[in-house]
Amino acid sequence: MKNLEGSSPSTQRVSVLGQADVNRAITRIAHEIIERNRGLEGVVIIGLQRGGVWLADRLAAAINHIEGESAHPLVTGYLDVSLFRDDISLRPVTPLSVTDIPIDLDGSKVVLVDDVLFTGRTVRAALDALNQYGRPASVQLAVMIDRGHRELPIRPDYVGKNLPTGRDEDVHVTSEAVTLERRVTQ
Amino acid sequence: MTNQQTINIRGGRLMDPLTGRNGRMADIHIATGQVRAVVDSGNDLPSADIELDATNCIVSPGLVDLHVHLREPGREESETIETGSRAAALGGFTAIVAMPNTEPAQDSRIVVEFVRAQGERAGLCEVVPAGCITLGRAGEALAPYDELRDAGVRLFTDDGNGVQDPLLMRRALEYARDLDVTLAQHCEVSRLTTGAVMHEGSCCGHLGLPGWPAIAEELMVHRDIELVRLTGARIHFLHLSTQRSVDMVRVAKAQGLAITAEAAPHHFTLSDESLRSFDTVYKVNPPLRTALDIQALKDGLADGTIDAIATDHAPHASHLKEQPLDQAPPGMLGLETALALALSELTMDVYDVLAALSWKPAKIAGIDDRHGRPIAVGEPANITVFNPSVEWTVDREMVASKSKNTPYHGRVVSGKVRHTVFNGHGVVIEGVAQL
Amino acid sequence: MKHLRSIEELGVEGIVRILSLSEHMAQVNQRPVPKVPALIGRTVVSLFFEDSTRTRISFETAAKRLSADTMTFSVSTSSVNKGESLRDTIETVSAMGVAAFVVRHKTSGIPWQLSQWTDACIINAGDGWHQHPTQALLDTYTVMSTLGRTPSATCLAGLRIAIVGDVRHSRVARSNVQAFTALGAQVVLVAPRTLLPPGVEDWPVEISSSLDEVIGDVDVLYMLRMQRERMNEALVPHLGEYSQRFGLDERRATLLRDTTLVMHPGPMNRGVEMVVDPATLPGNVITRQVANGVSVRMAVLFDVLGGSEVTTGAQT
Repeated sequence: MKNLEGSSPSTQRVSVLGQADVNRAITRIAHEIIERNRGLEGVVIIGLQRGGVWLADRLAAAINHIEGESAHPLVTGYLDVSLFRDDISLRPVTPLSVTDIPIDLDGSKVVLVDDVLFTGRTVRAALDALNQYGRPASVQLAVMIDRGHRELPIRPDYVGKNLPTGRDEDVHVTSEAVTLERRVTQ
Repeated sequence: MTNQQTINIRGGRLMDPLTGRNGRMADIHIATGQVRAVVDSGNDLPSADIELDATNCIVSPGLVDLHVHLREPGREESETIETGSRAAALGGFTAIVAMPNTEPAQDSRIVVEFVRAQGERAGLCEVVPAGCITLGRAGEALAPYDELRDAGVRLFTDDGNGVQDPLLMRRALEYARDLDVTLAQHCEVSRLTTGAVMHEGSCCGHLGLPGWPAIAEELMVHRDIELVRLTGARIHFLHLSTQRSVDMVRVAKAQGLAITAEAAPHHFTLSDESLRSFDTVYKVNPPLRTALDIQALKDGLADGTIDAIATDHAPHASHLKEQPLDQAPPGMLGLETALALALSELTMDVYDVLAALSWKPAKIAGIDDRHGRPIAVGEPANITVFNPSVEWTVDREMVASKSKNTPYHGRVVSGKVRHTVFNGHGVVIEGVAQL
Repeated sequence: MKHLRSIEELGVEGIVRILSLSEHMAQVNQRPVPKVPALIGRTVVSLFFEDSTRTRISFETAAKRLSADTMTFSVSTSSVNKGESLRDTIETVSAMGVAAFVVRHKTSGIPWQLSQWTDACIINAGDGWHQHPTQALLDTYTVMSTLGRTPSATCLAGLRIAIVGDVRHSRVARSNVQAFTALGAQVVLVAPRTLLPPGVEDWPVEISSSLDEVIGDVDVLYMLRMQRERMNEALVPHLGEYSQRFGLDERRATLLRDTTLVMHPGPMNRGVEMVVDPATLPGNVITRQVANGVSVRMAVLFDVLGGSEVTTGAQT
């Protein structure tokens, strides 16, 4: 990992995954999802607002690319969990985040998608929020980065990369790259 | 009361109607309730039981407040004659006129004598009962002026209410004229102030509170000026609050009519903008008005159109003020802050402030045989000693009044009473009440 | 935000924040289960010293959709007169562990007085003739969303809004003038002089005494309720004459542009200010106002309480 240029003096940024790494991870997770679920029957990909949205879209595209004209077209949706959080005072609601789940989830195999898995609280909130849309047969979890520090008994089913981090570090995930930013005490 | 104390007051500047506005550096000796010696500063005085230092202080005739609500009898939860008298003494007053809106009202000899006796029992200042213009202040029938005059009453008012009926007011003035007593009007045409909470103006429109328009005062000031012109009687206008009222009184006085007027410190120090806090402490009747009115009152005091500063001291227990604005009773404390506010906020000389707080109101109250007198040998020893420039912070927790509804909590003012001598007794010494 | 007491205190930034949150809440309200656990464990008390079933139900629905516990404390004015001061009332109820009070009172300023005596958040649901901020917010939201605009400090720019009727005694008018003008609208008050407040000339509005002259040229026609009990105060000769000068009748309805939104805070006085059946008007958004009320009040409750500590109960 190398230092990136242009980082401010109080932070130190290092590259974790480049564009090619991100693409490869997505392709691999897509394969794993198909394999684990033995096809696409009943599979619903749901991206968590807002970091999981692009990843859900990319995963859906990758899965469709692999499976081609499937007998079971892949359903994707988005879930806003801001009002379900137990740490609501710490996070402002993002007004433009919407929940859009086009089907009843009864009996479906939901794959929740988020960019980073940290304490697990977002996922817990998502499980609550999901309840309002039916009773899935199973819920799986796909994340690009698992950075540790779990506060709840939650583990991912699909991981782009396990990344040990300190609590004073921030992980930035975009569709092009993953970087780690460390705050340097002066 | 026995008059055994002897007191010397040394080092101060005497200021009274005879010394003129520069006063005179002098020391005085008091015995048997009278001033017994006045000598140039530093000269010998007889020895005395009590030596009062007056360095850097003004020594003046005791202050006189024409307008005080003592709440006794009837509302002793808010104030008693004793607690109100103590507040008065601490504020430098040696005489206070007790408004008659007690329960029962001061419209009979028995109530008036009770109030006077309670004042004497407290012994902190002279409590001068005012009588009612109409029985029970109901505005329907005249009170027995002659009976009350016999009991020592010289000032009659329905304060809290204006006398609405012009016929009744005309008769009252005609009847009062023969008895040589003064009627004091609370100027408010009540039909224009129904439910009113604050001054009718921009602020009240913004806050959505029912307004008390200036015209409600001015109409009655105008009516009564004309009734005085018609009857040849005297009238005193209580707590004038508007620019037009001051203007009308100025013109009427220039025409030689027997009119006097007072203004309350809160009306020349606070404006309707205070109500933006929705704090009921600022609800008062008549209401706090605008910057223009404040200036007009100051000008009126400065040019003598307004004769007296009177506090309209109106204590209310906390639970009464902790009500919605339309239900909370109007009124605020005044006795302990009046002198300081007048000295701090008015551009008048100390001498003119004292005229408005002592000898002019003494005359209006008909007690100028014993209050507001020159400080001279043989005169009754009703004397106030105050430092006109010492700064202090008003603290509602420290007031002597039984209620805490001062609108000046936290305000820094200058001018503090140091000693008050009433009837030859040091009732306040070094800012501490002795009784 | 600790309290919502007036539009003035909320400020433009606060209005925009609430409007944005309201959009979010409107979306929550369209979900199959329109309920989220955001305010679980918080107690919201409706402290209504003046009856208003509509506003109270709107607030309570909003609170319940955010999973707050709700209680109603109705105080008839007469019982408060029996010796308990306002302070006693609020301190007593606060002691039970309350996160927010939704307060309605017939006297202006009560929310400011109450906030001296409680640590709970105060939401003004109408104080005297003074303020009704959630009404102004839901009205603003209704205009904005109906016209397809998005929340911003200028989201009502270019709009001309007439507010018609008893402005003097109307907390809705005072709040709405502040909210509408803060977001760039031009407001014209239409009323006889007797129904305008003192000092109205200092308000950032135009004033007209002729509805006919104004009605054809406005984007929003906001009709205020004309209260029958005002009739004995010599403010207008009688309801019939008021209705003729300021009511929305069949003839005036023909003067309206098709795009003009017609609004009313409710409850409507049919036959007085509202003579025509508003359902026949193309721009009628009166029921939409009510529906939006729930979303806006959810936004307000969330904004006030979202960052607060959970109140567990009275310390003993």
